Amino acid sequence: MNGMRLRGLVRKETYEILRDPSSIAIAFVLPLALLLIFGYGVSLDARRIPVAEVVDHPSQLTASYLAELERSAWFHPTVYPDPASAEQALLDGRADAILWLRSDFTRLSYSGGAPIGLVVNGVDANQARIIKNYVNGTWLAWLQEEAIRKGAPLAVPVVANTRVWFNPALRSRDYLIPGLIAIIMTLIGALLTALVVAREWERGTMEGIMVTPVNRAEILLGKLVPYFVMGMGGMILSTAMAVFLFDVPLRGSLWVLLGAAALFLLTALGMGLVISVLARSQFVAAMLAIVTTFLPAFILSGFLFDIRSMPRVIQLLTHVVAARYFVAMLQSIFLAGDVWPVILRNAMGLAVLCMFFLGIALLRFRKRLD
Amino acid sequence: MRLTLQRVFALSIKELLALLRDAASRAVLIGPPIIQLLVFGYAATFDLSHVPFVVYNQDQGQLSRDFIARFAGSPSFALLRPVHSQRALQRAIDDKDALMAMDIGPNFTSDLQRGRTTHVQIVLDGRDSNTAGLAIGYAQSIVTAFNESETAEHNGIPPPAVLVDRAWFNPNLDSHWFIIPGICGILTLLESMLAAGLSVAREREMGTFDQLLVTPMGPTEILIGKALPGFLIGAAEGSLIILVAILWFHVPFTGSFLALFLGMFCFLLATVGIGLMLSSLAMTQQQGLLGVFLFMVPAIVLSGFATPIANMPPAVQYITLLDPLRYFLIVLRATFLEGAGISLLWAQLWPLAVIGIASMIVAGQLFRRFN
Repeated sequence: MNGMRLRGLVRKETYEILRDPSSIAIAFVLPLALLLIFGYGVSLDARRIPVAEVVDHPSQLTASYLAELERSAWFHPTVYPDPASAEQALLDGRADAILWLRSDFTRLSYSGGAPIGLVVNGVDANQARIIKNYVNGTWLAWLQEEAIRKGAPLAVPVVANTRVWFNPALRSRDYLIPGLIAIIMTLIGALLTALVVAREWERGTMEGIMVTPVNRAEILLGKLVPYFVMGMGGMILSTAMAVFLFDVPLRGSLWVLLGAAALFLLTALGMGLVISVLARSQFVAAMLAIVTTFLPAFILSGFLFDIRSMPRVIQLLTHVVAARYFVAMLQSIFLAGDVWPVILRNAMGLAVLCMFFLGIALLRFRKRLD
Repeated sequence: MRLTLQRVFALSIKELLALLRDAASRAVLIGPPIIQLLVFGYAATFDLSHVPFVVYNQDQGQLSRDFIARFAGSPSFALLRPVHSQRALQRAIDDKDALMAMDIGPNFTSDLQRGRTTHVQIVLDGRDSNTAGLAIGYAQSIVTAFNESETAEHNGIPPPAVLVDRAWFNPNLDSHWFIIPGICGILTLLESMLAAGLSVAREREMGTFDQLLVTPMGPTEILIGKALPGFLIGAAEGSLIILVAILWFHVPFTGSFLALFLGMFCFLLATVGIGLMLSSLAMTQQQGLLGVFLFMVPAIVLSGFATPIANMPPAVQYITLLDPLRYFLIVLRATFLEGAGISLLWAQLWPLAVIGIASMIVAGQLFRRFN
C-alpha cells in the first residue's frame, strides 16, 4: 500500500465522478426524489375506504348504526337501493366492501342473530382484513352504546388495552422513511460501484491501469474512497430530510446513526465491487446489481414484509441481505434510541458481510488481462 | 417496404445477438427472474405467522392460561417465553426479541369468575408499525373469540350478534394471491426496461451508434429494430413468470388469457418506449442505468404494488396515471383473481397504448435530434 499511488487513484476516480454528472445524480438526486415520493406519496394507513351500504328496512336503529359508521374516519359510505346494485359497485371497483343491513336488523340485533352481511373485495387481502376489523370494531362499539342506552350494559369479559411503543399513533411515515433510507443507501452503494470496474474492462482502460505499478488493493480502495464520501453525503442529506421535512423523530444519537451508515455503506459498496469484478460487461453488472441489491432490499429486508412471518428457509436467506441489518438499526435509532443490543447484534452481522464482500472482491480481482 | 422489413429484421437480430451473445448475459436474463419470483413469492406476505410474543402473567388461575393458550395456539403468534417482571417485558420489546408483550394482572381469573370485566395490557413494538398494526387486528379477534366463548360458558346469554362476512375473489384472504401477480408485473418491467434502456446507450458509449446512423436505415427503422428485442425478451420473461405463478404458487387464474396478453403487449409497448427514450438521452451506460432507475423505483412505489393508490394524496394519485405498471397491475390482478375479460379492462389498456406510442415517438425524435 503506497499513499501517493492511492492518492493518485482517488484523484482519478474523483475527476471521473465530477465529469460525469450521473454519479452525482445517483448520490444526491436519487435520495431527494425518492424521499419526496415516499414521504408524500406512500402511506399504509387505510383512509376513507369506499363502502356500499344497503338498508332493507330503514328504521331508527339502522340510522343510528349507520351514523356510528359515518363518524369513524375510516369509511366513505354510499347508499345503494338494493344488493344487486351494490354488488355491481363492488365488481366495478367503486366500492371495496358491501354492508348489508337485512330486513330483520331491528329484531335480530336484540336476539343475537346476524343482522348484517359484510362482503369485502378480497383481492387486496391486507386491506380486506383491515376493513373487517374496523367494521367489527364499530359494530361492537355500537352494540355497547345501545345496551348502555337501554340501561343494561353488555358484559365484556376481557378488554385488551393495546399500546404501541415508539410510534403510538402508528404513523406509517415514521417507520417507512427510516426503511426507505436503507433502500436508498443500498441503491447508491451498489449502483455507484457496480459499474466502475466493469466499465474499465469494457472500455479497455483497465489495460492502462494494469501496466502501472499500483497493486490490487490500491485499485479497489481508490474506487471505494470517493464513492464512500459521496454515499455518506447522500446519507446526511436523507437524514436531514427525514428529520426536518418529514418530522421523523431521531431519538438515538447522530454519531451512532452515522457509524451504522458508514458500516452499511462499506458493505453495500463492497457488494457492488464484487459484482463489478465478477461481471466484465456493464449490462451484466447492472442486471446483477438490481437483482441482488435493490429488490431484495425492498422485499427481504423487513422494510415492508415481516421477516418472522416468512418461511424458515427464506428467513435464513435474509441473513445475507445487508439491508436487513441496516433497516433494523435505522428503525431503532430513529424511533427508539440507541438500543445497544439491537445495534450491536446487527452491526456484527453487517461487519461479517462487509469483510466477506471486500475479501471476495480482493481475491477475485486479478491484475491479468485474460 | 420489403427493404424496410429486411433492415428492421436484421437490426433486431443484431440486437438480440448483442444481448444473448455471451453466457453471462444469457444467464442474468433468464435465471434471476425465476429465482426472484420463487424467493419473493414466499417472502412477500402481509399475513402474520409465528410472530413472537412474551407474557408476564401475574395470575395464578386456569383462565389466564386458557387465554394465553389461544394466542400461543394460533398460527399467527408464537409464545417466545414467559417473563417474570415488568422490566423483563420491556427488555424483550426494546431488544426486538418479541413484537408483542402481554401483561396479565393478578385478578384475571377471579374477575372473570365474578363476572367482572378484566383488563389486559398488550404492548407492541411500533418501530415496525405496519406489522404492529396488523398484530393488533389479529390480537383483537382472538380476544373477541375468547370473550364469546367465555360469555356463552358462564352466564348462558348468547353473545351479541356477529357479522357474517365473506370475501370475494380471495375467500381465505391469502395475501400471496395479491402480491404474486404484482411481482410478475415488477419483474416484467425490470427485464424489458433494462434490455431497452441500455441498448442505445451501449452503442453511444462504444461509438458504434454513428456507424448505425450512416447505414441506409431511417430513424423509424432503427427505433423499431431497437424496440423489438426488448419487447421479445419482456414477453418471453413475462409469460414464463406468469406460468410459474400459476403452476408453482397455484394462484388461481380465472380470467381471460387474451385480456392478459393484450395487457402485456400494451405494457411492453410502454416500458420499451420509455426505456428507449431514456436510453437515447444517455451518453453512457451508467447514465442509461441511472435513468432506468430514476424511472423504475418510483414506478414500483407508486404502482399500488404494496400500498394502495387510493391512500395517496390526490396530487400523487394524478402522477400515478403516468405509471404504466399501475395499469398492468390492475390487469394482472383482475385477470388472475376477478375473472375479468377484455371488456372490463379497456380502461387500463388504452392509457398503456397511449403512453407506449407517445414515448416511442419521443424516442424517435431524440434519435434524430442528437445526431
